[in-house]
Amino acid sequence: MCIAIPGKVVSLENNKAKVDFSGNTVMVNVGLVEPKIGQYVLVHAGCAIEVMEKDKAEELISIFAELEEPYKA
Amino acid sequence: MKITMAHGSGGKDSAELMKNIFGRYFSNEILDRMEDAAVLDIKGRTACSTDTFVVTPLVFPGGDIGKLSVCGTVNDLLMMGAEPEYITCGFVMEEGLDIDVLERITASLASAAKDAGVSVIAGDTKVIEGHGGLFINTTGLGRIPEGRSISASGCRPGDKIILSGDLGDHHACILSARMDIGNDICSDCACLSEVTGALFDAGITVRTMRDVTRGGLATVLNEVASTSGTGMKIYEKDIPVNLEVRGFCDILGLDPLYMGNEGKLIAAVPGEEAQKALEAVRKTAKGRDAAVIGEVVQGKGVSLVTDLGGIRVLDVLYGEGLPRIC
Amino acid sequence: MTDISEVIKYLKDYKGRPLKLMEVCGTHTAAIFKSGIRSMISDRIKLISGPGCPVCVTPASFIDKCAGYAMKEDHVLLTFGDMMKVPGSSGSLADLKGRGARAELMYSPMEAVEKARANPDKTYVVAAVGFETTAPAYALAIEEGISQDVRNVRFVTALKTVVPALTWICENQPDIDGFICPGHVSVITGSRPYGPLAEKYHKPFVIAGFEAEHILAVIYEIVRQIENGRAEVRNLYENAVRTEGNIKALKITEKYFQPGPAMWRGLGTIEDSGLYLREEPPVGLYDGGSRGLDEDIQLPRGCRCGDVIVGRINPDECPMFAGQCSPGNPFGPCMVSAEGACGIWYRNRK
Repeated sequence: MCIAIPGKVVSLENNKAKVDFSGNTVMVNVGLVEPKIGQYVLVHAGCAIEVMEKDKAEELISIFAELEEPYKA
Repeated sequence: MKITMAHGSGGKDSAELMKNIFGRYFSNEILDRMEDAAVLDIKGRTACSTDTFVVTPLVFPGGDIGKLSVCGTVNDLLMMGAEPEYITCGFVMEEGLDIDVLERITASLASAAKDAGVSVIAGDTKVIEGHGGLFINTTGLGRIPEGRSISASGCRPGDKIILSGDLGDHHACILSARMDIGNDICSDCACLSEVTGALFDAGITVRTMRDVTRGGLATVLNEVASTSGTGMKIYEKDIPVNLEVRGFCDILGLDPLYMGNEGKLIAAVPGEEAQKALEAVRKTAKGRDAAVIGEVVQGKGVSLVTDLGGIRVLDVLYGEGLPRIC
Repeated sequence: MTDISEVIKYLKDYKGRPLKLMEVCGTHTAAIFKSGIRSMISDRIKLISGPGCPVCVTPASFIDKCAGYAMKEDHVLLTFGDMMKVPGSSGSLADLKGRGARAELMYSPMEAVEKARANPDKTYVVAAVGFETTAPAYALAIEEGISQDVRNVRFVTALKTVVPALTWICENQPDIDGFICPGHVSVITGSRPYGPLAEKYHKPFVIAGFEAEHILAVIYEIVRQIENGRAEVRNLYENAVRTEGNIKALKITEKYFQPGPAMWRGLGTIEDSGLYLREEPPVGLYDGGSRGLDEDIQLPRGCRCGDVIVGRINPDECPMFAGQCSPGNPFGPCMVSAEGACGIWYRNRK
């Protein structure tokens, strides 16, 4: 299920954060995570559900690095 | 001050409204005669389109319902290769509509008409019960120059498809206002006369043109493909969508291919003329981000080649394209 | 170590035994179509959609309950867009809007509390559908409501958990060879819950993100595991999924919700697969009557919604598909819900 996308934390106040998604800002509840300003959080239904450590490019590189080669048993 | 039922009754309040607002902003030789109908002398093939505008909010970044009424109507005529000349407008006002807002919208409509080179030659106003809304109905007329024949049935396999700019701006702008998402997205509401003019001036054989409105690019291409009995193949990597609109779509689970614009068109031109056509469009203010996005092929339906080389079939929009959670 | 083009080539050229891989996430169903992944892999690798659309597995009585509130004076129903077109016994919420129902779209359940506070003369009822990913968001909203003493909010829940459904599939559909695990559910639950399933049923369970590259990598990993006789849990979405999941989210969900039996359209009632608001006040006061919403509309003869939901057949194998059942005239939620398999197949059919 579940659309969730990463956005950048721009500011924090109590359990809310202003999160930027390519120029769109949304107030997000961060009660489930402990983000820092500048970090990326995964946001679903107005709530941050996780902090993302890597950006997309880095992440895909590390995923493919872990896959075994096609013709190796 | 607000609109009341008295403004629609034909009495003193109506007359004052006509004089202070509509009469003030809409004035030309035909309208000023104040007859029951405009009398025109039209010869030759003439395009005629009608549209009704019900957008809310009435005023949005990049435009308002008045400007939209002109651009939407004029664009429909331009898509047939016509030269828009006349426009009519009927205002249905709900009780409670702010008169300052009405004036602003009327002024905007008049200004857009002037920029588009069209005269407002007939109009009507009505007041109904409600909560301050406004709906505008228009009819547009424009002559089609001799020898020009542009139609949705005109495109042929081998033609290339040009898209005049970024997808989804208008729809994203309107939804942003309603969903409390902060951004700088503006409606792309605009007349496309400079773009169509550039194609004709460059001598391009334009087979088909359509503005990319409700239902988005995917819907429009399906309609054209179906009418012309062809298929279409477009390439994800070539389709322009600006970053902010894409971010907006990602948040709400929307697809830019199904989001409406109000100032973009697609044109099908012979393959060998595509580069020249693209260059001509790119020189215009509203066509700077134009791109060749694909080609017309034998067969039917519309397919998209994804960034990784996969094939995705694109059907028309079903339902409303509502923001999703899943 | 390999790269995307090698992975694509391998999957395209695959000539091993025919395999059936199941995903149980509506967002994966949509992502697979959006990226055209089926066109990039061998026909011998069949991708099946399982019960991953929470709207599709929810019986009609839930819609009817929500519709009842929407038609009630001084009540406003708040819902995600997915729910608006799904048919209940007297039509969908969208149909009822035309008859005076007050149903508004929400982006986040937190809005319910904000609106309720701003409009104390109305009661806001949330159509609280979802899986483990969304449960914590509803929990946060309830916590906010309690802490601010906002009482004019209710939740009608149709919350379900994925692992019991996966267990049901493993028991009842033994011909599924491997599972693409839901990425965002796993953000909350972590990768641990899949371990017992992989061990008991000896199938690979691999967690995927939602980009085409994520999904292709996972399909590749599952195929390689099967070829090598392995049956492991692997997390290929480590950027978002930790082994232990999101502890805070799990804790707050447990604080406000308790497991109970839930009716899954197509699968039947599964014990401990639903989440219900705890009954003790003040939490229980926020429940809009979520228990026992098990009745479903009688689907017409020939409709194979249930078989589609569990992945026994593809949507285009249902006799009603694209004939009597289409998005404009849907018989069941699978055709209408944005992430229902039938609706997605219809919009992408050749």
